[in-house]
Amino acid sequence: MLSLMSLSACLVLHAQKLYSTKTGQIKFNASSPLEHVVAINNQVDSKMIDKTGQIVFSVLIKSFKFENQLMEDHFNENYLESSKIPKAEFRGYITNVSSIDFSKDGRYPVNVDGTLTLHGVSQKVMTTGVMEIAGGRPTISGTFKVKVKDYGITGLYIGEKIASEAEISVNCKYE
Amino acid sequence: MKAFTYLGRRLGRATLLLICFYFAASGANAQNPDLFKMQDEQDKKDKKETTDITTSIFKTTRIVNGQSIENTGAGILDLKISHRFGMVNTGSYNFFGLDQATMRIGMDYGITNRLEIGLGRSTYDKEYDGFFKYRVLRQSTGKAAMPLSLSIVSTGVLRTLKDQPEPYSIHYSDHASYVNQILLARKFGDYFSLQLAPTMVHYNIVPNTSVPNDLYSMGTGFRLRLSHRVNLTGEYYYQFQRLTGYYNSASVGFDIETGGHVFQLFFTNSTGINERSFITQTDGRWGNGGVHFGFNISRVFTVAKHK
Repeated sequence: MLSLMSLSACLVLHAQKLYSTKTGQIKFNASSPLEHVVAINNQVDSKMIDKTGQIVFSVLIKSFKFENQLMEDHFNENYLESSKIPKAEFRGYITNVSSIDFSKDGRYPVNVDGTLTLHGVSQKVMTTGVMEIAGGRPTISGTFKVKVKDYGITGLYIGEKIASEAEISVNCKYE
Repeated sequence: MKAFTYLGRRLGRATLLLICFYFAASGANAQNPDLFKMQDEQDKKDKKETTDITTSIFKTTRIVNGQSIENTGAGILDLKISHRFGMVNTGSYNFFGLDQATMRIGMDYGITNRLEIGLGRSTYDKEYDGFFKYRVLRQSTGKAAMPLSLSIVSTGVLRTLKDQPEPYSIHYSDHASYVNQILLARKFGDYFSLQLAPTMVHYNIVPNTSVPNDLYSMGTGFRLRLSHRVNLTGEYYYQFQRLTGYYNSASVGFDIETGGHVFQLFFTNSTGINERSFITQTDGRWGNGGVHFGFNISRVFTVAKHK
């Protein structure tokens, strides 16, 4: 009886899966009526575990591409100081992961709770998104806002040419 | 005795089960690692393995008159308007030089992030100029560390100002001159950058046989960051041989960033704006106020979007 239990425990544990991607997308939008401030990063590194809902995102600040190269230089040098702080990270959990059936195609709402470390400053972030399962592959998408000043990012133009709240859109397709 | 063996058997079985559980649990650990710990390890590895290319050694593609190590990004068109007023020492009659102007209007384009081409037209001697600048080495830190950046620049200049009558005949090709430069630059920390530019200027024709066709000089330049948007810049070209009546070019000014532009304001003793004219034909002297107030405006346009 006990051996049977341990066997089934083994089976359940083996069913856990780690999903990952290195080509996730994060879009950053801090546009104001005066200026179009948008950047896309297509080299987002993200991992997630289906059973525990543990999820991490890691991005290189220098991989954010702007249309305007001068803006990209300013973003790196004056605002995010990427030569000193090259990465931004998110570590957290999908709190309602038990309601997702990873083996069944469909769209599931997700609640994500964790810590965003940006410009060397960590802040709690709670947001919602959608997980879409298609052919056994999950895709997570969601949008949340961050107050630029909360992360110690300062500058003359924040609140004028640059919005004081930046919208972060995530779209990651996992393997 | 019998009871003992029974107990022993039970214990043995229990141990076996425990071992089985233990392995099952450790198997689960291998199957279900802590992502946060994994990320910590990844971060440590990345720190060692990634190469970080140093950006913004200078704020724009010119220091004042001369080329800086910076390139226009791929697919970016940079419209540059360079303006020098007259000399300050011409006095109040000329409103300290503001009545006069010398200009260059030019366009630079980034074919790749390493290769830039440009065309320009200057009012001084009615000259056209064209150049290419190629970044050979990029300063970087991390796995592939490189202590400095190196670029090569080659400029051709064509004078279209009508010739003075001379006792000898002048060919069309005599209006051409060429400038070859190697730019060596390094950013020291976040606040200071230095550049050296060994330069050769070649004239197809020179005033007399005692003047060599190839004139060598050493350019130097710096950028000092004063605040997020304001930088102090300076540039000096030392000539090893000088054309008679001309001096070394020296300039000092500010780079001011305003969103999509870099605005440069400075004082320089050079009148001409392309490489040939400011390096070898600087006619003003700082000593007696023979300097010009000037500015460069740069506006960038995205022509081709990069991925």
